[in-house]
Amino acid sequence: MAHAKLTFDDVALTVNVPSGTRIIEISEKIGSGITYGCREGECGTCLTRVVEGQENLSEPSVLEQRVLKENLAGQNDRLACQCQVLGGDIRVRPA
Amino acid sequence: MPAHELRSNAARGTARVPAVGAPVAVADRVSWIGAFDPHLRSFDIILRTANGTTYNAYAVRGSDGVAIVDTVKQEFTETFLRNLESVASYDEITTLVLNHLEPDHTGAVPELLRRAPHLNICVSPRGVQVLRALLKDRFEDYSVTVVRTGDTVSLGDRTLRFLTTPYVHWPDTQCTYLEEQDLLFTCDLLGCHFCDERLFNDQVGDFRFSFEYYFDHIMRPFKGYVVEALDLIEPLEIEMIAPGHGPILRAHPREYIAHYRRLVTSRLASEVGGQKTLLIFYLSAYGATSQMASAVYEGAAENAGVRVSLFDLQVGEVTPFVDLIEEADGLAFGTPTINGDAVKTVWDLLAGLVDIDTKGKLGAAFGSYGWTGEAVAMVEARLQGLKMRVPEKGLKIKLHPTEEELDACRDFGRRLAAQLTGQAGPREIDFADLQ
Repeated sequence: MAHAKLTFDDVALTVNVPSGTRIIEISEKIGSGITYGCREGECGTCLTRVVEGQENLSEPSVLEQRVLKENLAGQNDRLACQCQVLGGDIRVRPA
Repeated sequence: MPAHELRSNAARGTARVPAVGAPVAVADRVSWIGAFDPHLRSFDIILRTANGTTYNAYAVRGSDGVAIVDTVKQEFTETFLRNLESVASYDEITTLVLNHLEPDHTGAVPELLRRAPHLNICVSPRGVQVLRALLKDRFEDYSVTVVRTGDTVSLGDRTLRFLTTPYVHWPDTQCTYLEEQDLLFTCDLLGCHFCDERLFNDQVGDFRFSFEYYFDHIMRPFKGYVVEALDLIEPLEIEMIAPGHGPILRAHPREYIAHYRRLVTSRLASEVGGQKTLLIFYLSAYGATSQMASAVYEGAAENAGVRVSLFDLQVGEVTPFVDLIEEADGLAFGTPTINGDAVKTVWDLLAGLVDIDTKGKLGAAFGSYGWTGEAVAMVEARLQGLKMRVPEKGLKIKLHPTEEELDACRDFGRRLAAQLTGQAGPREIDFADLQ
């Protein structure tokens, strides 16, 4: 199975994860400051800054694109409850 | 009643009391069309309202249309519409500005839209999310404009300019500035729950307590965002502040802005300088968690970059601790597990943190236990719920700590200090380690 290295800058921790893992599946377990509201991609609470490896994440869905826009997200921001890591190296931190 | 026949309270020094429900002239062609709720004694469950509140809504008349700024709580819809009809007809209304979409400001929106479906709704980018939920299937039927800082809407000889001021106190909040009259509509910002039908701050009773109480419970958790809002507002020429609750601030409006600036500033000057601050709170039944706390303290205090403080919660007042925590960089809570839970005093303190911003602070938990030791994980979960990062797994020790276990506590303290100062080395684990 393909793997990815997902690094959380705010807690200085890298997790080797299977391809397809969502950030939400990891961040709470390791105590990252990325926080969640609805967990369904609607509220924008889990806005996450992708410091590196944007190209290694799944494309945002139409819903995620809308929520990102309405939450004034920056170009490198994603919703941690929605996006999946596909492979390679990714570094994130709370937005 | 035509606008020119409105009872005018705009002339200062006359404490005339308008009849309940009558519109009030606030400034030239600006009318208050809100509602008084003098009997309300509890707002949003959490706020006590000793003399009720007001739901302030406004109408602004320009040469090419009328704008309505905010509405009222649903049960006051009739009063609001009656007031509105006194100053404008529905077909004259071109714009509905919703500075904040909490129900106490949007309760009359559905009925207003039913009567004036042609109007254009102006909301912030985040406001559109709540508007969609409010209007449900009807959302697509209306004209909605998403506005950001600097965007304007023209009413002919009057111009409304928007300032995106999120999280004061919802994600959607914004302010609206009436350019030609230097009048700022702030909705909840700079408002308070104080019901006095004389309406203007130079005429109403003493509302200073209400103003600060409102700030403490509504705005304080979002201090950083209040600062950003003040940064946007302060450069404006301001003749009057028209909030969504409480008195309209026409006398010395800048003093209220300055007071907000004071309220978001530390009450005591910190002597900590460039150091990070770590507060360790503990409770101990038999001295074991106390021993752990002292060892965590010792370990963290070895780091010159961290100023560590140690507090026994058993003899502390919760409120001053909340003030300290607000400005701390890191918090560690030591609690024994009693009856399968953390001790109530810890929960009391953690519950008090709802009034402050804890996002991004470092959090940690530790404690001694006899049988089960759930308290540590429970406290960690609460810290995460408070949007804190909890990078170091909590430390649990059965009964009294041995010397080796106290060393582990010191090491725990060292690691917390390293996390605070950015000295924590990179770590790598596998997904399977988390299962």
